[in-house]
Amino acid sequence: MLYFMQQLINGVTLGAMYGLIAIGYSMVYGIIGMINFAHGEIYMIGAFLSIISFTLLGMLGITWVPLALLIVLLIAMAFTSMYGWTVERLAYRPLRGSFRLAPLISAIGMSIFLQNYVQLTQGANVKPLRPVVIGGFVFGDPGGFTVTISYVQIIIILLTLILMIAFSYLIGRTPLGRAQRACQQDLLMAGLCGVNVDRTISLTFVMGAALAAVAGVMATLYYGVIDFFIGFLAGIKAFTAAVLGGIGSIPGAMLGGLTLGMVEAFWSGYFSIEYKDVASFSILVLVLIFLPTGLLGRPEIEKV
Amino acid sequence: MAGRVLADRATVPTGIDWPRALKESGLAAFVAFVLFLPLIGMQTVGIEGGLGLRYRMDWVLIGTAAVFVGRLALAAGRTVGLEGIGAALAPAARAQALIAPYGKFLAIAGVAFAFALPFMPFANRYVVDIGTTVLIYVMLGWGLNIVVGLAGLLDLGYVAFYAVGAYSFALFAQWFELGFWVSLPIAGALAALFGILLGFPVLRLRGDYLAIVTLGFGEIVRIILLNWYAVTNGPNGISAIPRPSFFGMAFDRSPPEGETAFHEFFGLSYSSLHRVAFLYFLILFLALITNAFVLRIRKLPIGRAWEALREDEIACRALGINPTSTKLTAFALGAMFGGFAGSFFATRQGFISPESFTFIESALVLAIVVLGGMGSQIGVVFAAMVLVLLPEFGREFEQYRMLLFGAAMVMIMVWRPRGLFAHREPTIRLHGRAPIDAGGPERP
Repeated sequence: MLYFMQQLINGVTLGAMYGLIAIGYSMVYGIIGMINFAHGEIYMIGAFLSIISFTLLGMLGITWVPLALLIVLLIAMAFTSMYGWTVERLAYRPLRGSFRLAPLISAIGMSIFLQNYVQLTQGANVKPLRPVVIGGFVFGDPGGFTVTISYVQIIIILLTLILMIAFSYLIGRTPLGRAQRACQQDLLMAGLCGVNVDRTISLTFVMGAALAAVAGVMATLYYGVIDFFIGFLAGIKAFTAAVLGGIGSIPGAMLGGLTLGMVEAFWSGYFSIEYKDVASFSILVLVLIFLPTGLLGRPEIEKV
Repeated sequence: MAGRVLADRATVPTGIDWPRALKESGLAAFVAFVLFLPLIGMQTVGIEGGLGLRYRMDWVLIGTAAVFVGRLALAAGRTVGLEGIGAALAPAARAQALIAPYGKFLAIAGVAFAFALPFMPFANRYVVDIGTTVLIYVMLGWGLNIVVGLAGLLDLGYVAFYAVGAYSFALFAQWFELGFWVSLPIAGALAALFGILLGFPVLRLRGDYLAIVTLGFGEIVRIILLNWYAVTNGPNGISAIPRPSFFGMAFDRSPPEGETAFHEFFGLSYSSLHRVAFLYFLILFLALITNAFVLRIRKLPIGRAWEALREDEIACRALGINPTSTKLTAFALGAMFGGFAGSFFATRQGFISPESFTFIESALVLAIVVLGGMGSQIGVVFAAMVLVLLPEFGREFEQYRMLLFGAAMVMIMVWRPRGLFAHREPTIRLHGRAPIDAGGPERP
C-alpha cells in the first residue's frame, strides 16, 4: 500500500509536467489543426533558460529560495514565450493554407533546428544543477518502507494547480479566451466577426510556450540534470497525453497528462523501468485506434 | 507565379520603402537579440562545485547584426518585386524546366557515371566508400518516396524498417548461418510484414496522427533492440556479420580450404579494394532496382491510386478505391526497400547496434525526400548527395549539418513547398491535357 502511495505521488508529479506541456499541443491543434512538433524543444529551451537563470542568480547572490524560484519562473516564461512566438511567426504562419503536411514538416525542421541550436550554443553534455529545494515529508514507520513526498513535488503539484486555475479563468472569462474559443470553432468566421486571428494564434503559441517553460523549470528542479535532447521524449509523451485526453480540449490535456504520468510511474514501479517508454507509446497507438477522440474530445468530421 | 510577381510590382512603389524596411529589420533584430541573449550570450559550463557561466556577448551582437542585415535584404528583395528567397530559388526551377526534356539522358548519364566511378583515376577507397554511403541514402530516400512522395503518408519511423532489415540479416547469419543473398529477400519480407503490422491499425488515422504513431513505433523498435539482451545483445550490438560473396566467391586473401576467392578466380592480385568496389556495385544495383520498381509501379493502377489518394482522399473513396489497403501497399513496399537497405547496411558495416537506428536517421531520410521534392526520383539523388557530402568538407559542416537541415526543411516548406525538384504532376494524364492544378496554389 505504501509502495502504491509512493508510485501515485511520483505519477502525479510526472503527470503534472506532461499535462502542462500537453496543453500547448492541444491549444495549437484546436485552433489551427497542426501538430506543433517543435513544442517539446520549447520545453527544453525553458529548462535551459531556468538552469541559466538559476546559475545567474546564484552568482548575483540571490539565494532565498522562494524569490529565486519566482524570478526564474518569470525569466523562463518570458524568454520561452518569445521563442514560441518567433517559431510560429517564422515557420508556421507563412504556411497557413499550404498543403496538409507542410506545417508538420516545417515543424519537424524547426524541432531539429532548435535541438541543434541549443546543442551548439550550450554544449552537448548534460547540465547538472545543484539541488535548489532539498528535503520533504516522510511518512511510514522508520526502518520499514517509507513514503517520501519531497518539497519539489509539492511545489510542482501546487504550481500546476495554480496555473490551471489561472488558465481556466483566462480561457473562460477574458476577451482573449473568448477570441481563442471562437478561433477554435471556425477560423474564418471568427476573423469575419472581428477577431484578430493572427494575434490570437500568436498568443496561443505564447501561452503554450509559457506553460511549457514552467514544465521545463519543474523538470530542472525535479531531475536536477538536463540536456539538449530532453525535449524529444517529453514532446512525444506530452502529445500522447494530449491525444489521450482528447486533442483540442484543455481539461483533457491535463487529465491525459495525469493518466499518462501515473501509467508510467506504475509501470516503472511494478513491471520494468526499461520498457516504460514502450508502454507510453503503446498507449498512444491504442488510444488512437480504439478511442480516436480521446477521453474528453469531440469527434472530428472530415468534410469536402 | 508570374501573375503574383506582377501583382506585387503593381501594388508596391518602385524603389525601396526605407522607413518601413528599417522598422521591420529593427524589430527583427530586437527579437533576435532577446532570443540570443540567454542561450548564446551565456553558456553554462561545469566548474568546480556546480555550474558557471561563460559570457559571449560578441556572438549575440554578431547574430543580431546578421538578422538585421538579413531582414533588410529580404525587405529590399520584396520591394524590387522578388518574392524573397523564393525567387532566388527560381533559377533552380527554371533550370529544372530547361533540363526536363533531357531528363532521360541526364538519368542515363548519371547512371553511367555511377557505374564508372570506381574505375575513375581519382577513385580511391575513400571515394568509393562515400559513394556507397550516398547510395544507401538514395535507396532509403527512394523507398521512403513511395510512402511520402507518392502516397502522401508522412512516415517518421522509417528507420524502424531499416533496423528490422539489418537485424534480421544479422540474426539469420548468427543463428542459422544464412548468407547475404538468402537473407536479403527474407529480411525485405520481414520488414514489409512489420510495415503491414504497423500500418493495418494506424492507416485509418489522419495524416499527422500517422506521423506521430510511426515516430512512436520507430522508438519502440529501438528501445526493444536496446533492452532485449537475449536476442539483440542490447547496446553492444551484433558483430562479425558475414560479408557478401560474389556468386559464392569470398573477398578474402586466403579463403577456406576448397573454396575459391574472387581474386584467384579472376586471376587478379589480391586487393582489399575489390570488396569495397563490390559493395558499391551491390548497393548501386539494389538502388537501381528500387528506382525501376518505383518508376514502373507508378504507371500501374495501384501507383495511380497512390497519387490520387495523396491529392484527395474523399474523392478516391467516392470512386471506390479502398484507402486502407492502398495505403497499406505503399507502406509495406516502402518498408520492404527499407529492409533491403538495412540488410546491405549490416553486411557492409559488419557490425550493427541500436545506435545506428535513431530518430535522427529517420529525420535525415525524410529531409532527403522533402528537400529533393516529394515524388521526384532525381531530386532524392541530389538531396542525398548534398546531405552526405556536406559533412565531408570539414568538421565544421559536420557540426552544423543537422542545424542546416532543420533550417532548410523550414525554408523549403515556406518558399518552395514542393521541394527543389518538384514532381507532383500526376504520372498519367488523360488525353495529354494538363492537370487542373499542376503548380497552382494548393487547397488546405
